[in-house]
Amino acid sequence: MPGLANTVKGLWSLIVGLGVTGVEFFRPQLTVHYPRKEVDNLATYRGHIDLVARDDDPLTPRCIVCRKCVAACPSGCIAIESRLVGVEPSGDARELSLAPGLIVTGSHAAPPPRQKIRREVASFNLNYNLCSLCGLCVQTCPVDSLAFSREVYLCGSSRADFEFELLERLRRRAAAGGQRAA
Amino acid sequence: MTLTEIINHPLTRLVLGLVLILVFVGVNGLILVWMERKVVGFIQRRPGPYEVGPHGILQSLVDGVKLIAKQLVTPRGADRFLFWLGPMLSVTPVVICFLPIPFSPALTAMDVNLGLLLILAFSSVNVLALCAAGWGSNNKYALIGAARAVSQSVAYEIPLLLSVLCIAFQTGSLSLSAIAQGQSQGVLSWNLWVQPLAFVIFFISATAETNRAPFDLPEAESELTAGFHTEYSGMGFGLFFLAEYTYMIVVCSVATALFLGAHDGPFLPGPWWFVLKVYALILALMWFRWTFPRVRFDQLLNLCWKWLIPLGLVNLLATALVLKLVE
Amino acid sequence: MGFNWLSEPRGDYYTRHFVPTPEAEGDRLILNLGPQHPSTHGVLRVVVEMDGEYILKAEPVLGYIHRMQEKMGEVKTWRQYLPNMGRVDYLHALAWNWAYVGAVEKLAGIEVPPRAEYIRVITCELNRISSHLLWWGAYLLDLGAFTPILYAFADRERIMDILQMVTGSRLTYCYYRFGGVSADLGESFIQATREFLKHFKTRIPMFHDLVTGNMILRGRCEQIGVLPLEMARRYGATGPVLRGSGLAYDTRRAEPYSVYPGLEFRVPVGVNGDAMDRYDVRLAEMSQSIAIIEQALEIMPDGPHLNPDVHERLKPPPGEVYYAVEGGRGKIGVHLISDGGPKPYRVKLRSPSFCNLQLFAELAQGTLLADAVSILGSLDLVIPEIDR
Repeated sequence: MPGLANTVKGLWSLIVGLGVTGVEFFRPQLTVHYPRKEVDNLATYRGHIDLVARDDDPLTPRCIVCRKCVAACPSGCIAIESRLVGVEPSGDARELSLAPGLIVTGSHAAPPPRQKIRREVASFNLNYNLCSLCGLCVQTCPVDSLAFSREVYLCGSSRADFEFELLERLRRRAAAGGQRAA
Repeated sequence: MTLTEIINHPLTRLVLGLVLILVFVGVNGLILVWMERKVVGFIQRRPGPYEVGPHGILQSLVDGVKLIAKQLVTPRGADRFLFWLGPMLSVTPVVICFLPIPFSPALTAMDVNLGLLLILAFSSVNVLALCAAGWGSNNKYALIGAARAVSQSVAYEIPLLLSVLCIAFQTGSLSLSAIAQGQSQGVLSWNLWVQPLAFVIFFISATAETNRAPFDLPEAESELTAGFHTEYSGMGFGLFFLAEYTYMIVVCSVATALFLGAHDGPFLPGPWWFVLKVYALILALMWFRWTFPRVRFDQLLNLCWKWLIPLGLVNLLATALVLKLVE
Repeated sequence: MGFNWLSEPRGDYYTRHFVPTPEAEGDRLILNLGPQHPSTHGVLRVVVEMDGEYILKAEPVLGYIHRMQEKMGEVKTWRQYLPNMGRVDYLHALAWNWAYVGAVEKLAGIEVPPRAEYIRVITCELNRISSHLLWWGAYLLDLGAFTPILYAFADRERIMDILQMVTGSRLTYCYYRFGGVSADLGESFIQATREFLKHFKTRIPMFHDLVTGNMILRGRCEQIGVLPLEMARRYGATGPVLRGSGLAYDTRRAEPYSVYPGLEFRVPVGVNGDAMDRYDVRLAEMSQSIAIIEQALEIMPDGPHLNPDVHERLKPPPGEVYYAVEGGRGKIGVHLISDGGPKPYRVKLRSPSFCNLQLFAELAQGTLLADAVSILGSLDLVIPEIDR
């Protein structure tokens, strides 16, 4: 009888299922008991961004305040305040050269010599409340001044707790021995 | 009356039995909730309760305290009397069901010769409790859940009764102590070997009666509602919960007494073997819950009416025939 | 009181404007399934008219998680829109990443190095496995089995750890860039993937043992929600929903993209179009994804992982483009219109779950409530993708 064969097959499937859960009962647990243990694969985890220090000066970030990260960020998380360090001419004086058909009336002046404007970071504000960890800022930076931190176990009680000033964090890290905050 | 007469009076025995049963029910409720969560944790490769007390053994106690501390809310438009009658009616009769259960020849609170009938009768009061809870909640989902629960319970009473009757025919008595006595000559004298089909039918019906998975439509119909106890908070829900676990112990105790030789076993004293067997059956119930998906409602009733009842009737007739021939 | 509490709808616009079936007799109950759903579909609300246990009419109500993804496409630059794609359907985020990035590359004529194509294939297929695993677990949770979801999540954790190695995220990946991917695969990634595939091949038989052959599951899935092929065509269903009804339409074969033409894999197809067939198709797809990943790992060439010639402030030429990929739920399409500026003029996202959900209203008519839940689960919907 096909009906009986089906019933027996069905009952056997139930027993097989019980066997599976029975075997799994005795297998070791997969839970990592935080905080007694922590997961071991945080090396690649994207925490919030942090400034990277210069090789020769652990207290100064590499940032040249080009603000490419500010433009690249989809959420507008980054706000940089800068300070002018110096302006130096980086070339000879330039001559005025206009197109041949133009009539010189006398009020044009020669362009100023090219200048190299150096700025440094006065404060680098990250509003982590808005960040989506896309990494566009890290990739856009021409001097590799930004990198992801490993701040996994963050907690706070208000939004202000997640507004970071990254220059201060860099200085604190440098003071604490130059290791990246875990 | 003298002191010895008072101590030996059946009323004293009854009162003492009730007190001990209440303690047993309470302690078992705590242990079973913890055990369920640990069993499901291990099946799912995780620890279960772990933080409250060593390995979480205080978790159920603390949960009980939490439930007691919650505000008891009566929904607007609910029938107050029925709404609060539900949990109370659910948990009280189950305690009485423990009276005839033979933990050992001496440890039977009330050795009455209609023990089985008493248990079956009082466990049916659960249906009334579900009805009252579902109707009194003034909630569409609770009503649907209660309607399902009622038809499920009523349907599965019949195979339960049929399988129990086979044993009663065999032993010639409805008294659980007598049935237990008849199985006390070693493992081979257990009724399980003589009536395996009755055991299977009884166990499946017991799973359905206690609303455990895979038949847990009234309570865990997560698709639609939380079932008949949607509107309950705090201890109202706690009482239903306690009643469900206590009822589980009752049916497993009855199964042990009828089929697994009750207090029979070597080395350890009787009551310990009884409790061990009951817990083994409860472990099996938990195992089923965490392995199988839920059956659909019409499939549930199909199983009862088209499979269990005919099989139960056939088994009963076969038992009667064999007994008549042997006689 | 003349007010019938059970069948008079009170409530919001959709409840009040729900048109009950006119010719039904008997007591009818109008209920809401959701939007706070115990199962993990998302915020879906279905207004259901029931006669006892039977559903007379089901009307899905959407919009609870409308996040204006398409509007955001108009106010963000091309590059800034990348993280959005991971959030549209977070379960198969890399497929949505691919659809958008592929569309922009097609529009701007950006070449993708071959190694990057293979990396995209490997990571997208890993993501497909994890998406199907979550579907499997959630579907069984709907049906009342509480354990398989945790077994599925154990395997998903491994996939998430592997993908974290190279993308840095566990769920909402923003990994693909215009002209390639943002980071190369290392040796540890390849090693971990191979180990995972070896492990996962032993798990699939366990899933079949525990669930697929189970008598109770078969009773809940077989002959439930039978979707005739012409109905699937009418609604524009794609993915396992369409393949379960017998049509072997897979975007990777029908409109080939990337390096899929060079990879050998079968397209699993069902016969009856019931929920069991859709289930079987998805489990078979997981095995096929394993085969694809293994092949890709073998034949992946060395080379750059990103085309360095892509301008930072990308301005594709004016024009329209449509690019489709095969996601876990079906055919994902991105229609871009560019006006030559730094921001898109229009981003239209074609989500497969939107068309698959439309089927539900017709499929659920006349079924039992428990069956309707089973049908909804078998369609594998992700509501944020529907509402965008």
